[in-house]
Amino acid sequence: MLRFAPWKLVSVLALVAAAILLIVPSFMPTGAVDSLAARLPGFIPMRQIVLGLDLQGGAYMLMQVDENSVIKSQIEALREDVRQKMREGRIGLSGGIGTEPRGVVVRITDSAERDKAYDLLQTLSQPIGGPLAGGNGRNLQVSKTGAGVQLTLTDAAIADKVRHAVTQSIEVLNRRINAMGTKETIVERQGADRVLIEVPGLQDTTKLKEIIGKTAKLDFQLVADPGDPPSEVETLPMDKGGGTITVQKRVMVDGADLVDAQQSFDQQTGEPDVTFRFNLIGAQKFGRVTSENVGRPFAIVLDGKVISAPVIRSPITGGTGQITGNFTMEEASNLAILLRSGALPAKLTVIEERTVGPGLGQDSIDAGKRAALVGGLLVVVYMITTYGIFGVFADLALAVHILLIFASMILLGATLTLPGIAGIVFTIGMAVDSNVLIYERIREEAHLGRSVVSSLDAGFKRAFATIVDSNVTMFVAALILYLFGSGAVRGFAVSLGLGIMTSIVTAVTMTRMMIALWYHRGRPRKIPI
Amino acid sequence: MKLLRLAPENTKFGFMRFRRVSYPLSATLSIIAVVMFLFVGMNYGIDFAGGTQIDMRAKSGEAHLAEIRSKADSLGLGAVEVQRLGAESDVLLRINVQSGGDAGEQSAIAKLRDAFSNDYEFRSVDSVGPTISAELVQSGTLGVVVAIIAVLAYLWFRFEWQFAVGAIIGTMHDLLLTVGFFCVTQLEFNQTSIAAILTIVGYSLNETVVVLDRIREVMRKYKRLSTAEIIDMSINAVLPRTIMTATTVFLALLALFFLGGHVIRSFSAAMIWGIFVATYSSIFICSPMLIYMGVRADVFDKPKDQDVDPTPSQRKVKA
Repeated sequence: MLRFAPWKLVSVLALVAAAILLIVPSFMPTGAVDSLAARLPGFIPMRQIVLGLDLQGGAYMLMQVDENSVIKSQIEALREDVRQKMREGRIGLSGGIGTEPRGVVVRITDSAERDKAYDLLQTLSQPIGGPLAGGNGRNLQVSKTGAGVQLTLTDAAIADKVRHAVTQSIEVLNRRINAMGTKETIVERQGADRVLIEVPGLQDTTKLKEIIGKTAKLDFQLVADPGDPPSEVETLPMDKGGGTITVQKRVMVDGADLVDAQQSFDQQTGEPDVTFRFNLIGAQKFGRVTSENVGRPFAIVLDGKVISAPVIRSPITGGTGQITGNFTMEEASNLAILLRSGALPAKLTVIEERTVGPGLGQDSIDAGKRAALVGGLLVVVYMITTYGIFGVFADLALAVHILLIFASMILLGATLTLPGIAGIVFTIGMAVDSNVLIYERIREEAHLGRSVVSSLDAGFKRAFATIVDSNVTMFVAALILYLFGSGAVRGFAVSLGLGIMTSIVTAVTMTRMMIALWYHRGRPRKIPI
Repeated sequence: MKLLRLAPENTKFGFMRFRRVSYPLSATLSIIAVVMFLFVGMNYGIDFAGGTQIDMRAKSGEAHLAEIRSKADSLGLGAVEVQRLGAESDVLLRINVQSGGDAGEQSAIAKLRDAFSNDYEFRSVDSVGPTISAELVQSGTLGVVVAIIAVLAYLWFRFEWQFAVGAIIGTMHDLLLTVGFFCVTQLEFNQTSIAAILTIVGYSLNETVVVLDRIREVMRKYKRLSTAEIIDMSINAVLPRTIMTATTVFLALLALFFLGGHVIRSFSAAMIWGIFVATYSSIFICSPMLIYMGVRADVFDKPKDQDVDPTPSQRKVKA
């Protein structure tokens, strides 16, 4: 054991040097790192350690797509499709279209008509993902009942729509958040129906929630006439000032056709408002509706609330218009951002929120540093007072151990959290355990009357099996914590797991080298512990 | 330089004699832990109970707890828990899960912000809806169970079954007493507590493995000694290491407890407790188990599955 190839020493030194190089950028100001990275060749990693939101401050939000709202909007769309098909097929809707929890039912009393409608509506049922994507099942189940034709959305279709809704939501949210001007925001899918948002540095989530929490579905609906059938109208609340207004269910034009929206000022009153512009299709639709309904009030509905219902004075064919509604400047500019970015395909509910202010984050960094420093120092002093020169070797190995944890975290892009720091402090205690196992074994062997060389040899050899055994159990615990834990706790699992691996390298290999070098230099007659 | 030795040299303590004390003691403590768990329960944090927790700091001067409490009570958010957090100016405010599903939490946060953000800086806001807290309970429980199974499977492969049983009982003991610790102290039980529990399981097995490794080694060497003598000899041999390691880990955790900030204080406290319990159980619970299960030096001479008591004559032949 006391002989080892020189290349081993060289490779350990190279490893330490590489680790130091990896860590250096984390101690430099960010600007300096960026400018240096630009000048150095690309293979040199100039990366800083990634701090978790609990340390750098920021907001974390987990949002869930509301399945019910997806189903609801799908049913709305289905109603429109059915209505159109029936009109195309010239089949009279004797009983109207009724809404069911998972679909619609078309009520037709005449049985011949019903059969005709059934054949016609069958064409609405299509393979999920378009006619070419096979194997996913169909989007609709069409069946005949005693009183009409029933169309039910399949589970697969709903799951597909939810998945789509997540994808679309991520795009929309990205546009909205970028418009707010925040940096390094993460918006990503989480599981089947969730979206995760991380905004470093953001403390007050109120504005963020105003921006991301709204569906921003803009609809233009005609205010109902007294003569409209009750199944075709709905009563909506006003956005401001209370009160309700009854409008036709049918959406004449919607926000999907908007190409731009800007905060502006009303030319007469000087109040903040929002100017919007439609694309060609939207402009045509808007022009047709406004020319057909001059003199009628037209409701501007945002997320089921009526912002205003101005009377159409003249046809609007230019494709632009204003939305007024007693806005403050901020409200108007938020609304403009929302309309510009597009509507969310479904309602998103915040199911978990964690915000850490920069003050607490910095306090946590300081506390973590202090605890690590003091904890490390106590262990270092204790090792030296117990094992003398061998304790110094263990402490040197410990220093490299900490260095390697940080270096591997930077290399892997792992996030350092406060529990992660706790994990590192804990591994400081655990890393010297391997040294202790070896040293105590060496002492025992020496007490049995063995020579210095053979005690050292036996100490390392015998302790090694135990070291591996005891670390495997700890590593398994860390691995499982990583798999089942979430958030900051994962940071603990990462540093614990990495720490266990690096401690075997440092406490066994490095200590052995140092002791071998020490032995060859002095040829001591006695074990100094 | 005179080196420091916390553990006396070449000890010959009769650890196994204490099993008549340690077993009833541990059994009693374990039962108390279970009873406490069932009838008192742990103080679940918002991770598992759901709800919202806000860490506030007064913008000037000290925080007025009574005022915060009455103001928060008037918001109609159910029971409000207000407690001081270390410094005079820091307060932790916690409310339970709101009715109205996940959206209820959000409107509660908005109300609290309106009420307090003029006078207080919101240092952190954590809000966990009922969906997530249910999932965290599930994954936390599953994590602990899977960890125990995985680690025990490893022990099963690595050691004779009697050793594995000893380790299982020791681990369960440590787990129960840690749960009991949370019940007694009413420290907040959250995700980091799960991390603490799994780490304690790891540490406990680490201790056990070191002791069992040595017992096995000694058993192979001294076949004539009684099991109790062998175990005593082994524990005495690894005692310096046990004390040394427990002390270093304890020192590191002590620093975390006092300096690491309130966010990880309950974690550090549980870990410190766990170190003591694990060290105790590896010596006084796991090892004596081998005596109770009738482990003899000759388990190593036979294939694992046949442990018929060999006749004295057979033993003599082998010795």
